[in-house]
Amino acid sequence: MNGNTAELLADDPIWLVLVKVVGIFAFLVVMTLFMINWERKVVARMQQRPGPNRVGPNGWLQSLADGLKLAFKEDIRPVLADKWVYFLAPVISCVPAFLAFSVIPLGGEVSIFGERTALQLVDLPVGVLVVLACSSVGVYGIVLSGWASGSPYPLLGALRSAAQVISYEIAMGLSIVAVVMYSHSMSTADIVSAQSAGWFFWLLPPSFVIYVIAMVGETNRAPFDLPEAESELVGGFHTEYSSLKFALFFLAEYVNMVTVSALATTLFLGGPMAPWPLSAIGGGVLNTGWWPLLWFIAKTLFFLFLFIWLRGTLPRLRYDQFMRLGWKVLVPASLVWIVMVATVRAFKNSGDFETSDFLIVLGIALGVLVLLSLLLPDRRPEQDENAVPVTGGGYPVPPLDLEVPKAPPRRKAVGAQPSGTSTSQGQQPVAVSSKEASDGDV
Amino acid sequence: MLDPYLPLVFMFALAGAFALFSVTAAPYIGPRRYNRAKLDAYECGIEPSPQPVVGGGRMPVAYYLTAMLFILFDIEMVFLYPFAVSADRLGLFGLVEIALFVATVGFAYAYVWRRGGLDWN
Repeated sequence: MNGNTAELLADDPIWLVLVKVVGIFAFLVVMTLFMINWERKVVARMQQRPGPNRVGPNGWLQSLADGLKLAFKEDIRPVLADKWVYFLAPVISCVPAFLAFSVIPLGGEVSIFGERTALQLVDLPVGVLVVLACSSVGVYGIVLSGWASGSPYPLLGALRSAAQVISYEIAMGLSIVAVVMYSHSMSTADIVSAQSAGWFFWLLPPSFVIYVIAMVGETNRAPFDLPEAESELVGGFHTEYSSLKFALFFLAEYVNMVTVSALATTLFLGGPMAPWPLSAIGGGVLNTGWWPLLWFIAKTLFFLFLFIWLRGTLPRLRYDQFMRLGWKVLVPASLVWIVMVATVRAFKNSGDFETSDFLIVLGIALGVLVLLSLLLPDRRPEQDENAVPVTGGGYPVPPLDLEVPKAPPRRKAVGAQPSGTSTSQGQQPVAVSSKEASDGDV
Repeated sequence: MLDPYLPLVFMFALAGAFALFSVTAAPYIGPRRYNRAKLDAYECGIEPSPQPVVGGGRMPVAYYLTAMLFILFDIEMVFLYPFAVSADRLGLFGLVEIALFVATVGFAYAYVWRRGGLDWN
């Protein structure tokens, strides 16, 4: 976690790089298997039922068994499907998911088989961009799978999913900008070391909140799991997929969840650094060796638990609500926040201004804004002149106090009356016939 | 001295090999029981009414708008990153420049908002 992570990594021999690659791959696969099980168990607890408890100790091998079972299922390709694109889409979706994780710092300086190195696969000067780029490429897998399936539900699910991922990716990317402003670097190791004084979670709470919301939207998880809205779209973009191809989409989804959680840890929770009371023990002995890996995993699990918690708690949003939240709330909020942070930093660094000056200016600006908001007229409820008056709860129901019209006198009796016998009786048929005429109009 | 991007290539190779192996092996590992109904598009036994794109169907045009907006804002985001890295060195000049840039995109954003480009129904 000192600034020379890139130099440490540059000295790695090839075999060590291969060990790390295999290690990270295995870590992600195991995390996926664990996460599926954990999610099912926690959601089951929240819904007061036992959850999977048969396969393996306490049911913890359930997802492994499910994965093996998937491999022995029939692989179906619909007739209308585009052969090659249908074949490649799971690969395109899966590979970037694994690639994105490789820039995440898992720990500090350690020695593996006598070789000093950092617990991180690569430390690139554009580290954060690699994660964003990989998640963008992953969208291709989704869109192509939906397009190539030759079926309407996957297509609509894929379009929704793609629109959702790209919309929330903007909010996600913008929330990272403020972090980069404080760390002066896009390298993930530098971002972690910039937090040794204090985690960015305290410094940039709006960025943190926007990032966490965007990461849930980005990974298509509840309450933003619209692409998989069963009642509308059956299974979403992977409706037509079966067997191991489906398993790859599933794997990609969970690996993406682990990646965005790990990135959240890296950006806002100090990555592999020990949390405060522990970091003070023994002069920071818990920040050396293999200890940071433990903190990193614990923090990542915290975010993963957040995913499960949200799924167990919140109902699914409607599509227009979802897009409104992304485009009309998260994007402008993060843009305003970025400009604010940039302004504060620029004025602070120029040295001519004190913090108190700054707060005064900020207070005046806020006051002006509040005054302006008072001047705005209240929004009047729109009234359509052609609207049908309704009495029920928004539905056009007939008025409930409608009087039942009196039954007309029987026609037979009227017809039996001899006409023109007397004046008083002679009025009767005329009245009846006019009543009949009016009934006929209605 | 190792090329810093080389481990990414290894990761790509491993993940790619794993995924390609999975999709290639799937038809051979699993059983094959032919049934014409299995090969139809998913629907409850009838021809799906909105045709898929492969079969000459159409898709909602609103998604193109989202894609265009994404390109607009993604480029804005990518421009903000280099600024963020060197924000402190650029000082007030950089701040004014980036405020103008964000305002320029902000006008387009306000226009799209006003014209209902961000509304879904």
